[in-house]
Amino acid sequence: MMRIEIIRRPQHSALFSALSPFIALLLTLLAGAVLFAILGKNPVAALYSYFVEPLTEIWSIHELLIKAAPLILIAVGLSVCFLSNNWNIGAEGQFIAGGVAGSILPVVFPDFQGWYVLPVMLVLGMAGGMAYAAIPALLKTRFNTNEILTSLMLVYVAQLFLDWLVRGPWRNPQGYNFPETIQFNSSAILPEIWTASGRAHWGFVLALLAALLVWFMLSRMLSGYEIKVLGRSARAGRFAGFSAGRLTFFAFLISGALAGLAGISEVSGAVGQLRPSISPGYGFTAIIVAFLGRLNPLGIIAAGLVLALTYLGGEAAQISLGISEKSARIFQGMVLFFILASDTLIYYRIRIVSRSVETAAKGA
Amino acid sequence: MMFEAILLTVATAATPLLIAALGELVVERSGVLNLGVEGMMIMGAVCGFAAAQMTGSAWIGLIAAICAGAAFSLLFGFLSLTLATNQYATGLALTLLGLGASAMIGESFVGMPGVRMQSISIPGLTEIPFIGKFLFGQDPIFYISIALTAAVAWFLFRTKAGLTLRAIGDNHTSAHALGVPVLRYRYLAVLFGGACAGLAGAQLSLVYVPQWVENMTSGRGWIALALVVFASWRPWRVLAGAYLFGAVTIGQLHAQALGIGIPSQFMSSLPYLATIIVLVLISRNKRLTLMNTPASLGKAFVPDR
Repeated sequence: MMRIEIIRRPQHSALFSALSPFIALLLTLLAGAVLFAILGKNPVAALYSYFVEPLTEIWSIHELLIKAAPLILIAVGLSVCFLSNNWNIGAEGQFIAGGVAGSILPVVFPDFQGWYVLPVMLVLGMAGGMAYAAIPALLKTRFNTNEILTSLMLVYVAQLFLDWLVRGPWRNPQGYNFPETIQFNSSAILPEIWTASGRAHWGFVLALLAALLVWFMLSRMLSGYEIKVLGRSARAGRFAGFSAGRLTFFAFLISGALAGLAGISEVSGAVGQLRPSISPGYGFTAIIVAFLGRLNPLGIIAAGLVLALTYLGGEAAQISLGISEKSARIFQGMVLFFILASDTLIYYRIRIVSRSVETAAKGA
Repeated sequence: MMFEAILLTVATAATPLLIAALGELVVERSGVLNLGVEGMMIMGAVCGFAAAQMTGSAWIGLIAAICAGAAFSLLFGFLSLTLATNQYATGLALTLLGLGASAMIGESFVGMPGVRMQSISIPGLTEIPFIGKFLFGQDPIFYISIALTAAVAWFLFRTKAGLTLRAIGDNHTSAHALGVPVLRYRYLAVLFGGACAGLAGAQLSLVYVPQWVENMTSGRGWIALALVVFASWRPWRVLAGAYLFGAVTIGQLHAQALGIGIPSQFMSSLPYLATIIVLVLISRNKRLTLMNTPASLGKAFVPDR
């Protein structure tokens, strides 16, 4: 009989802290290979079309950036929440709120055209996400209500609200009854970065900027220090004079604003109108991105690209090998499992004990 | 007749919430927070549907669902208990993986006719007006859910093992010092929670709507988590809460059918809004909440060796 025991390290291991994401990715690939073998596919070919094929063509790299942009934006915001021990898991709802709020101008006032349209849309998108994230923050600070459950419930409410909008008041009157708004006019479309080679839009640049700004705040400013202290020990933070309530608001508002920005850039840059569903679960996948990126905005850029690859890989594997593209979501779930498991190595040593030795030792 | 029909549909809507919440209640009483209920539930739903569809037997589907939920919960158990990972993140991982895996497993079953679990019928009793069908003419999972409520209440508050489990949830360090095998209790609690979530999922795909639809749990696992808080970690209050939510769900469906002019999407969001309101009301009193919550809830336990 074998048993696994963990023993706390006297000091956390810097080595495993750096290695853990790579161990996790390696284990994910191995588990993926096993999964494909069980499904009766050639594991090497499957992994190739999943993780290499999408990187072999320029247009496909553009698609990668399109998918990575919302993931990075949302995950950077979530890192502020998770570091400060605020469990905002409703980013998907804040993403939708941002997409809807930012679309007010192009849908309700399509006659407004000009350079000012896009900036107003982006600001409205951030405001929408912020306002939506303020609800769980308010309920947590004012009524002591668990933010996990409230922020998640609001995701369903936002999805239903968007569904109502595009089937009801915002439906395109000339749209043959399709549940869609009108197409945004050209001044409401986030431009492409390099039109000649693919579709990637400025949303990715916004994501990089946001990551840099939040990285600077977390590592170089007092507010970043406050976030980390209160996140690790609320008591120690209180003694230092930091307010947990204020920080909860701050974290939720930042992450809501970034999720909202992700929402409106996706709608404006990649979709061009509102539809009943504007996200393939970006708000949830971003949770995985945040953890894989070590809750560090710079790490999150890399992690966002990796997770974006799983979306493309799923599509590629479906086309070339007939593997369901839903396998991408299994990959995403596995990444989070393996990163959490590998993180154990940072704080603990793992020992495998066999029962017989143990009883013998006790006998002696 | 109308009254009886409504009562029956409320019970059908309440039963999966009740079963999943009872399982999670035991898990949380042992000091573990498993946010993976939604994931375990949907795995139960898809495996139950698939097994019933392939064998033609709803009972085999039921057993498969229970096993699937329990097996899936072991993933959470291994990480959060043996490897002492963050329980919040691990539970979320379980939900995300469950939603993804169920979508893939269920892909070939979309649109297929399912196997419905038959309701029981006792001649003479089932025909009693008003309450006959409710008491003596429902599907077996309904009766299991009621029996389970009584069993969990009895176990937690009337047995020594239940007392030990609650002690672990309130202070795992002291329990460990007294020689209680903390991790063994917690593993069993997590397994029980998984089995219950799997059973709750089977109720959805074998009784509620006997077919497979992707994401068919639509947040019920999360509502079950809220119910545990709402019930202050007490089994009979979970039953009351589940029927309250069942009533809200059915009430909004009837209102939609009557066509009272409110958009259906707003009516559909009522159960989620009700969850938020109920959580606010129950957790407003900070002292009371603190008193009811298992003190070790969500904290990783690593024994001193």
